[in-house]
Amino acid sequence: MTGADKRLRVLALHGGLVLVLFALQFLLPDYDHTNFTSIMVLATYAMGYNILVGYTGLLSLGHAMFFAAGLYGAGMGVYYFALHPVLAFVIGSSAGLILAALIGLIALRTTGVAFMIVTMMFAQAAFLVTLYFNDVTHGDEGLTLTQAARGFDLLGWHVDLTNPALRYNLALSLFTGALVLCLALVRSPIGRVLIAIRENEERTRMLGYDARHYKLLALSLSGLLSGAAGAAYVLFFGYVGSSFAAIQYSIYPLLWVLLGGVGTVVGPIIGTLLMFYLIEISRDHMSSYMIVVGIMLVLLVLWFPKGIAGTIRARWWGWIP
Amino acid sequence: MTFLSTQALTRSFGGIHAVAGIDLDLRQGEIRAIIGPNGAGKTTFVSMISGRVEPSSGAILFEGEDITALRPWDRVLRGIVYTFQITSVFRNLSCFDNVALSVQRSLSKGRAIWYRPDPAEVTAAVDSALHRVGLLTRSAELAGELSYGHQRLLEVAMGLALQPKLLILDEPTQGLSEQEIADFCSLVKEIAAGATILLIEHKMDVVMELAHRITVMNNGTLLAEGSPDEIMANLDVQRAYLGT
Amino acid sequence: MDLGPHLLLALLEGCVAAFVLAVTALGLSLVFGVMRIVNVAHGEFFMLGAVIAWWITSLVPDAPFWGFMLALVGAPLAVGAIAVAADALVLRRLNYQPEATIVATIGLLYILQQLVLSIYGPDARPVVAPIQFRIVFPWFGYSGYKLVAVGAASLLLLAAWYGVTRTKFGLIMRATQFDRETAQAFGVPVKRVYAAVFALGAMLAAVAGVLVVPLQQAHYLMGLDPLLLSFIVVIIGGLDSLKGTLIAAFVIGISDGIISVFFSPTLAKIIATLAVALVLVFMPNGLFGGKAR
Repeated sequence: MTGADKRLRVLALHGGLVLVLFALQFLLPDYDHTNFTSIMVLATYAMGYNILVGYTGLLSLGHAMFFAAGLYGAGMGVYYFALHPVLAFVIGSSAGLILAALIGLIALRTTGVAFMIVTMMFAQAAFLVTLYFNDVTHGDEGLTLTQAARGFDLLGWHVDLTNPALRYNLALSLFTGALVLCLALVRSPIGRVLIAIRENEERTRMLGYDARHYKLLALSLSGLLSGAAGAAYVLFFGYVGSSFAAIQYSIYPLLWVLLGGVGTVVGPIIGTLLMFYLIEISRDHMSSYMIVVGIMLVLLVLWFPKGIAGTIRARWWGWIP
Repeated sequence: MTFLSTQALTRSFGGIHAVAGIDLDLRQGEIRAIIGPNGAGKTTFVSMISGRVEPSSGAILFEGEDITALRPWDRVLRGIVYTFQITSVFRNLSCFDNVALSVQRSLSKGRAIWYRPDPAEVTAAVDSALHRVGLLTRSAELAGELSYGHQRLLEVAMGLALQPKLLILDEPTQGLSEQEIADFCSLVKEIAAGATILLIEHKMDVVMELAHRITVMNNGTLLAEGSPDEIMANLDVQRAYLGT
Repeated sequence: MDLGPHLLLALLEGCVAAFVLAVTALGLSLVFGVMRIVNVAHGEFFMLGAVIAWWITSLVPDAPFWGFMLALVGAPLAVGAIAVAADALVLRRLNYQPEATIVATIGLLYILQQLVLSIYGPDARPVVAPIQFRIVFPWFGYSGYKLVAVGAASLLLLAAWYGVTRTKFGLIMRATQFDRETAQAFGVPVKRVYAAVFALGAMLAAVAGVLVVPLQQAHYLMGLDPLLLSFIVVIIGGLDSLKGTLIAAFVIGISDGIISVFFSPTLAKIIATLAVALVLVFMPNGLFGGKAR
């Protein structure tokens, strides 16, 4: 297959995905319409997670802190300071980026299992912080943003973030932006080095690369996307509480990415979509619905470690980035 | 000014001296072979030069500058390139991507992390490195699917693409066939036109064909040094190494 | 109450917490030490111990003492059997690859916890202590059962210490820990040793759960706290060191008791988790552990 041919297929696959998601808004019933809005936001979070685990080979068990940084950064900005939603979004995304860079300076001195535990501990501390400052965060009860606070005027046109159609398309834009960023990253010289670090870090260093800088960059970008997803989530749905910072929200992106395919650009949305509905359906039938999370984790690790897109790449479409 | 010199370079692991106070001088442009029995400390010694292993004491001077404290990746940028004894190409990447990693590194020397070298220039340099080792036709294949001999050649191509001033080859002919060894020797001679080569090698015929000078190590120390003829005539060497 | 008696109470409470924590953390430490895996489901074995103890004691409502004795034997055995099954069905198939194993044990955590939720329900249920006397201090009375629990825990710790350092199984375990391949070459049945160690670790957590249940009530979410505390203990104590684990358990158990009396427990936990992360990054052998091999 020639390079141009490959580029065309990559464009067709990912462009097609965005078009399908665009078209779906006219077909989906209300209930699923809202679900898809969350799924696209959560998939952005999953793509951020995937930059670190899939393309750099660092498994984090603490990404909830970056997601929560976005949620609280944007949410508290609007709640307490009545910030412009766009500014709140920028602040939330930056909070994810900055927190990730700071954590990275410390945590990236470790690798493998130690990195997993260190990120988990930092995230647990962050979760406890949201509980400790109960006066400000309202802990589990959380903060609810009013409809008025989530609207603004743009060029004489009133933007209301509680409007489902608008929200859907903004979520789609966020998702598309993340998709383009990931595609560009993976195909860039930086992406090549990140993959090399995943495959063999020592060899990469002996090719003249200071792996620490690249890992910090990957973690920061990962934090940026996670923060952006968190900020969008609170602006679209108007609520932030401590449960978003709990360990469960660090496990979810791991599960989404494992199911969809670690180290693939389309994997995160596939995994998020399937898990979202799997959990929704089991929630309707039993109170112990989180058992599907446990069962899926074990099954995936045992029998399906490449995930859906990863398996498709290994068996049929070697060109999937 | 000597090109590379080590001064009393020492490395001990838990009280045992793997390398004990080696002084070595390399002239620019020479092919130097290091020989010695297994466990003589050859790999540890060159690993200190490349920066993979930190010395316990001693100093390394490269082009007149003390590089003892320099991190391995910074040494690569100065032109000290190491090719691994155990083949460690990126098995899941194509040959092209393997070499491209080296090329983009040497093209973005001194630039910011997000600098993007001209893709056409990268492709041209990758093709040229692959061409030099005879792997151009396998550019798109996964490195892990190459034969062992070809993986060793890819390893050399990755080294070449870094534009080394000093290329360290650690047992490069291990596991190669007769014909591959012959081809490899002519490749090394060709490379030597533009770079200094430090070669660890067990096969004496390869050493005799390539080396300008030979250093013999035993038990972490320097046993002898001289031209190939002098080394062949040296009785100590024969007892310690050649076993006759 | 004056500061003195207040401190005595805090110390006693800390002591109880420390001994129970030491038993739980010892299980985690053994599994990590020998098998080189981090068992995130460890806290669920603790919870299972407590819940099964509730179930067993509820079968003999008229004889709380004998019911509890039965639970003290039965609950760890049942949890050990679950652990052996988990080892055979999941961990062994992953060849104990460290990262995959963590993910799998996270899965195991949810499976065990949610199974208990669906069978046992969301309520916290009390277990009557097997003995009912109170020790009377001049300032306050203190539950005699707590002191019995401390005694039982210290006996267990002594037994574990003896088992690891003085018995043949302990020797085999340490040989496997030191070098798995060589141990295998010398005829050590590594698979069976791993299964036994994983079960032993789980049983220690389960016993701790049984000892705690008369003080705490059994609840399906009770495994998270002991898990985090055990992590903290094992990391601070040094990942490879049983002695360090024990020292750390006492330092953390007692200081947690004291700090929680005087400060907010949440703040204490924030400081502890941050400290643990930093220890793991900057002193990977722990504060009390020896040098790495």
